[in-house]
Amino acid sequence: MKILNKQIINDVDGVKITQLDIFAPDIATKGQPGQFVMLMVSEKGERIPLTLVNTDKTKGTLSLIFQEAGFTTQSLGKLNSGDSLFSLVGPLGHPTEIKKYGKIILVGGGVGIAEILPVARALKNVGNHVTTILGSRNKDLLILEAELKNASDEVHIMTDDGSYGRKGFTTDMLKELLRKDKYDMIYSVGPIPMMKRVALVSKEYQTKTLVSLSALMVDATGMCGCCRVTVSGEVKFSCVDGPDFDGHGVDWVELEKRNKVYSLQEKHICNLFPAA
Amino acid sequence: MKKEPIKVREVSAATRTGNFQEVVLGYSEDEALGEASRCLQCKNPVCISGCPVGIDIKKFIYQITQKDYPAAYFTIREKNNFPLICGRVCPAEYQCRKTCVLTKKDAPFASEGAINIHFLERFVGDYGKNNDLAVSQEKEEKFSKFKVAVVGSGPAGLCCAGELARKGIKVDIFESLHKTGGVLRYGIPPFRLPWDVLDFEINYLKKLGVNFITNFLVGKAKTIKELFNEGYSNVFLGLGAGVPSFLGIKGENLCNIYSVNEFLVRVNLMSAYKFPEFHTPVNIGKNVLIVGGGNTAMDAARVALRLQKLKGYPLNTTIIYRRTEMEMPARRLEIEHAKEEGIKFEFLVSPKEFIGDEQGFVRKLICLRAQLGEPDSSGRRRPVVIEGSEFEMDCDLSVIAVGLKANQILINATPELKTDKYSDVIVDAATMESSIKGVFAGGDIVGGEGTVIEAMGMAKTAAQSIIGELSKK
Repeated sequence: MKILNKQIINDVDGVKITQLDIFAPDIATKGQPGQFVMLMVSEKGERIPLTLVNTDKTKGTLSLIFQEAGFTTQSLGKLNSGDSLFSLVGPLGHPTEIKKYGKIILVGGGVGIAEILPVARALKNVGNHVTTILGSRNKDLLILEAELKNASDEVHIMTDDGSYGRKGFTTDMLKELLRKDKYDMIYSVGPIPMMKRVALVSKEYQTKTLVSLSALMVDATGMCGCCRVTVSGEVKFSCVDGPDFDGHGVDWVELEKRNKVYSLQEKHICNLFPAA
Repeated sequence: MKKEPIKVREVSAATRTGNFQEVVLGYSEDEALGEASRCLQCKNPVCISGCPVGIDIKKFIYQITQKDYPAAYFTIREKNNFPLICGRVCPAEYQCRKTCVLTKKDAPFASEGAINIHFLERFVGDYGKNNDLAVSQEKEEKFSKFKVAVVGSGPAGLCCAGELARKGIKVDIFESLHKTGGVLRYGIPPFRLPWDVLDFEINYLKKLGVNFITNFLVGKAKTIKELFNEGYSNVFLGLGAGVPSFLGIKGENLCNIYSVNEFLVRVNLMSAYKFPEFHTPVNIGKNVLIVGGGNTAMDAARVALRLQKLKGYPLNTTIIYRRTEMEMPARRLEIEHAKEEGIKFEFLVSPKEFIGDEQGFVRKLICLRAQLGEPDSSGRRRPVVIEGSEFEMDCDLSVIAVGLKANQILINATPELKTDKYSDVIVDAATMESSIKGVFAGGDIVGGEGTVIEAMGMAKTAAQSIIGELSKK
């Protein structure tokens, strides 16, 4: 649980993205792309899920990349090399189904780009043709471009302001690709509104779409049901049934509302203990 | 002349609802002596047969009357490693006390008039804690070369570990959460089982040599097979029944509708009642409805009431149960405590649909009235809803406490482990061995949702099987 290495990936426009390499041999040995860990920064802390971005079995380390969004990620950002997490358990959830689909598109937005990286690598390794669409607000906020270029056959970059790549949303590019060619699978991680739009677009083209959901969780072992989502009319627990689900079946409105259930407390605790 | 049972001292309802401190204070020495003196010391002590772990109840009560409390303590510890826990959470009225000959025949509720065996057990346990009595051990050198992996640190896992460690077998307990105790920690609120009491019992195991490994999810981080490869001679599965059931009605995923596990895990394990000092939040409402009639429903209701009081809201928490008070599976004491604290009860009511607002928060529950029909497989009369009896209840927070199922993570990771139609692990009841040789199981993962002491009974059988197996090696 010791942090061996810390790297600030990005710190611009109030967006701070950090990578931590953590010593956790059992998790590093077993962790697969698409799986996640639960961690606590301190004894009084919250348990939060973070996706495994990389695992190094020989060094016994795993890498997490997170954006400081709320109180717990801010606290996590304050830890340094040599510090230890209070708690770390995993690997959790089902791995992403890695097999030869044929031609696939990966869509990553914001810090979700970090989470598609291990999936991109694994899917390319088994012989898929990987097209990756990366989206960010502007050029400065784009992360892991080089890594994803390495893990993809084609990369398209979309920025909201047009400062890099093309101006527009990831879904604009997705639509263009799907119009021109047939793809066998789409995999997407990012903010809920983006994944929701990706699923909407891909449904039109009847292309299988997997999304990695970030519901609120407490234990993440199927015990509490905090992370329940409705998928194709059935109630699922993101932690043990997911985190990947059929994007076309997800009740996005419900998920968005459920993820805001503690927004007042989040605001309160952030005001109470402002980031040092 | 027959003496009346001695009531146990408790914190008043008005005081205790303002905090999470223990409600039952236990017997003083005089009270314990008075209650113990009521025991008839039957020639045939049937109470012992009512105890799932077979504590020599007659003997320890006699030892209390002789004021030989250390002897009473060791009498209990011989059979039960956790007198402080069992003395607090055992549903004694359905177990040892039910068989007590002093039980009044026609009393409406179970075990009225019986010796308060659980309070006496607790008195003795607390005496041991306060006087730091030595551990009760029967180490045998021949066992020291073996190590056993126990999966889950709840009642079954703790009990199995204790039995094995007493013999000198090395035990590693794997726990997926960051704290030990399983349901004793995350499920039972501290006002029923204080943390220092639980910690004392867990430390007792540490003194016996048990090693605790937290943050480790067997089934994901390691498989059972890998544990054997690492040199464990046996594996005991005390996985519990950790998966919450829901009602399956419309609107159940609205915000502020919790499973009983989520609600209790946030408050107990994560100390959400101390937010923001502790960083995990929990919501509370002004019209709280708890659905269910078991101990977890009582716990959730009493937690909700305390959260309302801490928040300065009027106390308004209602338990909705589809049968009547007579059929409630909760311990009598918990129902009494809930009533004293001001929890309201709506019997013969069946939830139909939750209604929410624009933001997705629950606002109302539509219910149906029910009446009791023919008995079902449990022997309890089945509730039958009355058509057209719909009515609305205001509800801005609800907790669903309608049962718990087996956790499937390890089961799914172990295809050769045979399970029944409820996905519980199938064992040979005589040995508690599963379909995998050397792998034993006990507690809720075997029988479905049960009691702490039932779990311990199964774990004990499993431990004896393991000890028997190892003594032949």
